[in-house]
Amino acid sequence: MKRLLTVSLLGAAIAAGSAQARDNDTVRIGVDIPYVPMEYRTPSGELAGFDIELGNALCEQARLECNWVEQGWDGIIPGLMSRKFDAIMSSMTINDDRRQQVLFSDPYLVPPSAWFAPTSTKMAGVESSDLKDRSIGVQRGTVQDNYVTDKFGDVANIQRYASADDVAVDMETGRLDIAFLDYPTGQAALLKGGKYKTMGEMMTEPKEYFGDGFGIAFRQRDEALAEKFNKALATLKSNGTYDEIHDKYFNEDGTNAPQPDQD
Amino acid sequence: MQELLQSLAPWLSDNAIFTPATLAQYWGGFVNTVQLVFISLIIGLFLAVPLAIGRASPIWILRKSIWLYTWIFRGTPLLIQLYIAYYGLAFIPGVQDSPIWPLIKDPLYPALLAFLLNTAAYTTEIFYGAIKAMPRGELEAARAYGMSPMLAYRRIILPSALRRALPAYGNEVIFMLHASAIASVVTIADLTGVAYNIYSRYYAPFSAFIFVALCYMVLSFSIQGIFRLLEKRMLAHLQPR
Repeated sequence: MKRLLTVSLLGAAIAAGSAQARDNDTVRIGVDIPYVPMEYRTPSGELAGFDIELGNALCEQARLECNWVEQGWDGIIPGLMSRKFDAIMSSMTINDDRRQQVLFSDPYLVPPSAWFAPTSTKMAGVESSDLKDRSIGVQRGTVQDNYVTDKFGDVANIQRYASADDVAVDMETGRLDIAFLDYPTGQAALLKGGKYKTMGEMMTEPKEYFGDGFGIAFRQRDEALAEKFNKALATLKSNGTYDEIHDKYFNEDGTNAPQPDQD
Repeated sequence: MQELLQSLAPWLSDNAIFTPATLAQYWGGFVNTVQLVFISLIIGLFLAVPLAIGRASPIWILRKSIWLYTWIFRGTPLLIQLYIAYYGLAFIPGVQDSPIWPLIKDPLYPALLAFLLNTAAYTTEIFYGAIKAMPRGELEAARAYGMSPMLAYRRIILPSALRRALPAYGNEVIFMLHASAIASVVTIADLTGVAYNIYSRYYAPFSAFIFVALCYMVLSFSIQGIFRLLEKRMLAHLQPR
């Protein structure tokens, strides 16, 4: 009896395994929730956000069936490697360190970076001459850090913090004259009370610094799958679906559009 | 320093991380760490001697208030003291318009304040322990010679107690060097801060941190060497013959 059970369990396992192998049109996508407005749950428990809607549209375009799998950020690349899911679409910035482990799709969104200063600032702009001897706050190791270090490292005093909240506190104390952060982060940390404003343009150029953007991550060997997503993305961008989804979540200048249905 | 780094450049041509530019950053971090640690140690040392004498004094209120100070600073983590000095002081009402604001604005001075108060508390306790452990015979001999308490402190107690406290104080110096690694959380580009910057720029944790560990080791070994020499000279009378 026991033996029979073992054999039948084994048979079931093999059947399930082969079913999974055959059924490779189902793609499981890992996502870390919440990260407003990219991915979150509505009060009724539905998944929503830019990543979710774009992901669903991509799957539809590529004629794939997709499931979303929730996974905390720390374990999200290991989860991909151990086949808990087949792709990650969770606002993951493409960088060389990650490129060594995973295969990225083409970038589907480049979040802009922006300068934030007190509304009462005396600075006229954000050129080298304006920033001379000023204190600039950045988050350590971000693309913004690399950019200001290379561009203004000689003229300005660059202060590096572990988190955007620390930057916000030191803006409050007046130790910093200006901060350079990625826009969604800076908006959440600084723009709420009306004490700060953005200065200069939203920046997504030069590509050398800001060009990587967010990508969908796959296992290195799944090149065919990545290719399907890249093709779908190109189609969505050309037929206007991408812009439609983008406009739902972001304003024209790249700022977050108000979301009525988030908690 | 710049010329030295330039002369190293050919040796580093195959190396993406240790370029003259990053080595110059490490050097800047080294200077910052040494400044921060040694200024706070020296001021702390000069504070600790009178505080230790006060801690051993027969005046109740003096003794207890110094005890309270060391109790607070030895009872809380240095990191928390640093946060309070850096972020806390800046939020005292009116401080941003006061004449001391330029001092508080610069991260160096709040960090120095936290470090020197912390090391002074530990050093006070070290010296106090050494004063307490004076052999009774020596004290009685001083009194028998008719020395006033002041004179006895100056001629007998302090020279002997400070010498005997030397090994414990050497430990405190090295602890302080290692504790200074937290200075980077308040944006000071000390050795650890520079290592963080280079790590996050090149995603090279091993190279960035092993190199900085070696820098710290060079510093600790020099400190240990200096204290060993000092102990040899100043504690010669306590060596077994």
